[in-house]
Amino acid sequence: MRKRYVVLTLYIIFLMLPIYWLLNMSFKTTNEILGGFSAYPRDFTLDSYRTIFTDPTWYNAYINSITYVAINTVISVVIALPAAYAFSRYRFLGDKHLFFWLLSNRMAPAAVFVLPFVNLYSAVGLFDTPWAVALAHTLFNIPLAVWILEGFMSGVPKELDETAYVDGYSFPAFFLKIFLPTISAGIGVAAFFCFMFSWVEMLLAKNLTSVSAKPIVAAMTKTASTSGYELGLLAAAGVLTLIPGAIVIYFVRNYIAKGFALGRV
Amino acid sequence: MAEIRIENLRHSYSANPQSDEDFALKRLSITWQDGGAYALLGPSGCGKTTLLNLISGLLTPTEGKILFDGKDVSNASPEERNIAQVFQFPVIYDTMTVYDNLAFPLRNRGVPEGEIKIRVAEIADMLELTKTLHKRASGLTADGKQKISLGRGLVRPDVNVIMFDEPLTVIDPHLKWQLRSKLKELHLRTKRTMIYVTHDQTEALTFADQVVVMNLGEVVQAGTPIELFERPQHTFVGHFIGSPGMNVLPCEVRGGKAVFAGMPVDVANIQSAGNRGRMEIGVRPEFVSIARAGISADVVRVADAGRYRIVETRSHGHTIKLLLKEGEEVPQSTTFLAFDPSHTQIYEDGWIAGAHR
Amino acid sequence: MNKTLNNKAWWLVLPVFLMVAFNALLPLMTVVNYSIQETFGNNEFFWSGTTWFEQILHDGEFHASLKRQLIFTGLILLIEVPLGLVIALCMPRNGPWVSVCLVLVALPLLVPWNVVGSMWNIMALPDIGLLGKGINALGITFNYTRQPISAWFTVVLMDVWHWTSLVVLLCYAGLVAIPDAYYQAAKVDGARPWAVFRYIQLPRLKHVLTIAILLRFMDSFMIYTEVIVLTGGGPGSTTKFLSIDLVQKALGGFDLGPAAAFSIVYFLIILFLSWLFYTLMMREEAK
Repeated sequence: MRKRYVVLTLYIIFLMLPIYWLLNMSFKTTNEILGGFSAYPRDFTLDSYRTIFTDPTWYNAYINSITYVAINTVISVVIALPAAYAFSRYRFLGDKHLFFWLLSNRMAPAAVFVLPFVNLYSAVGLFDTPWAVALAHTLFNIPLAVWILEGFMSGVPKELDETAYVDGYSFPAFFLKIFLPTISAGIGVAAFFCFMFSWVEMLLAKNLTSVSAKPIVAAMTKTASTSGYELGLLAAAGVLTLIPGAIVIYFVRNYIAKGFALGRV
Repeated sequence: MAEIRIENLRHSYSANPQSDEDFALKRLSITWQDGGAYALLGPSGCGKTTLLNLISGLLTPTEGKILFDGKDVSNASPEERNIAQVFQFPVIYDTMTVYDNLAFPLRNRGVPEGEIKIRVAEIADMLELTKTLHKRASGLTADGKQKISLGRGLVRPDVNVIMFDEPLTVIDPHLKWQLRSKLKELHLRTKRTMIYVTHDQTEALTFADQVVVMNLGEVVQAGTPIELFERPQHTFVGHFIGSPGMNVLPCEVRGGKAVFAGMPVDVANIQSAGNRGRMEIGVRPEFVSIARAGISADVVRVADAGRYRIVETRSHGHTIKLLLKEGEEVPQSTTFLAFDPSHTQIYEDGWIAGAHR
Repeated sequence: MNKTLNNKAWWLVLPVFLMVAFNALLPLMTVVNYSIQETFGNNEFFWSGTTWFEQILHDGEFHASLKRQLIFTGLILLIEVPLGLVIALCMPRNGPWVSVCLVLVALPLLVPWNVVGSMWNIMALPDIGLLGKGINALGITFNYTRQPISAWFTVVLMDVWHWTSLVVLLCYAGLVAIPDAYYQAAKVDGARPWAVFRYIQLPRLKHVLTIAILLRFMDSFMIYTEVIVLTGGGPGSTTKFLSIDLVQKALGGFDLGPAAAFSIVYFLIILFLSWLFYTLMMREEAK
């Protein structure tokens, strides 16, 4: 095997071991987990999964989480696209400062925003809805999307735009049919990261919701409450949280892996 | 410098091509002489870039052979074939200076620095880049960058052929003609085999000694610009070349004569014509003139194109265009048209009657 | 790139600006408000000016946490960025394995952060965990609940496991976005793989690497959940990073003043260092 594939395989094994460990834990009882070391479950049990699938709070929580993450990803990427294009192609008053200011919104720990956000979203009547979390997450996802998209757009020579205009394309047609496909890798990555950061964010998601829009991250803290720390349940929940993300990246893989073939045949 | 011969080349981008449609390049065989300037002309999607990449070694052909000076290079890498290629968008090494860019291919081949210096100076002088040699390559304008790309191809003394893939696409219009003439000048000076791919007929016809017109993966006609203009082998060539393109009118062959809309028309190749397939007459607007008798037509529009005017007429449901020189009188609303017989051809299913395919 | 001056571009940027400002300015004002006031309860506030700021800046504990944080973030950047880039270079760019690689590489990023902390917590335990048991079996005494070195090792390893894939994905997308023509031209010019990396890939990865470095810098500087679940800041306070310190202080008293001041100082440090990174990496853009 060529050297690069050896390195890659080793890295993937490194990544998979803890995931395997997580899977392992999800099929064990908490007692077995804490009792001793076992590479595979001696006492194989589906209890943890059963709980999750039958308890409505759990599967509603999944739906809630998926809802706000989806809303957030779509909003973030869609508004970021024109802004990134502006940053990439034009100079305008305050552009460099604005660009950096955007990223600075990711520089404060979420804890700082919890109290003000609760007040804010209660005031506009969105508290305990997926919209509150979706909008709150745009605080850090939009800057991220703008930064990533701008980086990819800058790699596309401006000559492509000009050639398209000479060929008679209007701006929207050019943008949708020619430009977006060339930065598809950037869109794939930006969408995935928005999804991911929103999906795993806990503080805001927990505090901006209470009952009807309770997300999976809040449901998981249930496992730490009543009967001590239910590790098996936590592990099972963790495994199930992987699935939506895996699906998302599977879908954007074509965008990410597509290259940019210069020119037309 | 080499003679390039293509034998029965076919290429498909899919792994298991079944039918003819799967092939981007249908069967073709061409020979290009050493030192000539050639153009591959055709619309987008006709397969010209595929053919170019097959010649340069960036693609390996599905079927057929490519020979450089008799040696089979069909499976050789671009480096082994000793070719140079200039792409549609300027491809330069941004972090290097212009000098280093030009020196790069030589350094990779282990040429001593002293020799590199001389060679780079020579090429830079040819391309008028001498003043910018010490500048960072990324700071140049688009035409400057394309010159660097070209320079990297010229700098190697043993290059077999230089290929151009629509290199003027990103150049400002007013610089295009400058770069075009420079390319022609370079060809005359260095006598390297050059193959130029484009969809712009002006570029092709002014640059090349011989033009290969392609459409839908096939070679439609290969010949000098004059041949393509005066004797198009296919109606496609007639349309594509010339501005405005050739007039194509449906006709029949009756009693040894071509008949359009009930009127007999004298054509050059009437002996080869039979009633096979779709019959058409082709005549360029340059060879249509106003007459006192002949095909009746109504004048629809007159466009001014500088030194001549394009008159568009309708005759029996078909458009016929003709050119009027300066000073010639514009006809009234209805007039008669005559076609120059030596430049009027019959076409069967698009191909000129009497051509061997 | 030659950008054209066009102030109408503000229209394209306006939605972004409004959304982010809406979310950012109000909270910011609240925090600033708290940081310059003092309360003894009953919702009565007194102006205290820079008292809290001075207090924080002279706090020995704060200095210690800051130092630990800087070392931690430094280690993270040194390991994750080159490693991520190398892995991205190793990943296949076409073929059936691409999907498999992308999904597998992305998995660590999708695990909720508290679960990350928990699983490493168990995994690194010397008696019942895969990692803990494994290292001890090699003859090295490893107990992250007792030894600071082991704790640091585990925390760093956990972060590398968790976040390197972010760098990998960014660099991979960046590599794949390099037009084929560049690779083709390099082939035609006879360039060796190292030259291809140095002259084609690395320069064109600049934007993507800047994003990766800034993201990792900011996120590792603010790291909280994974560490608190894994070590709780210990043993003792040997892995007490800045955010853990902040939360402890905030939950400690009922006056939000010191915590608010801490937050602002925290934010300013990140802002300054980010700005430094950004300017250094983008230096060549200004032409």
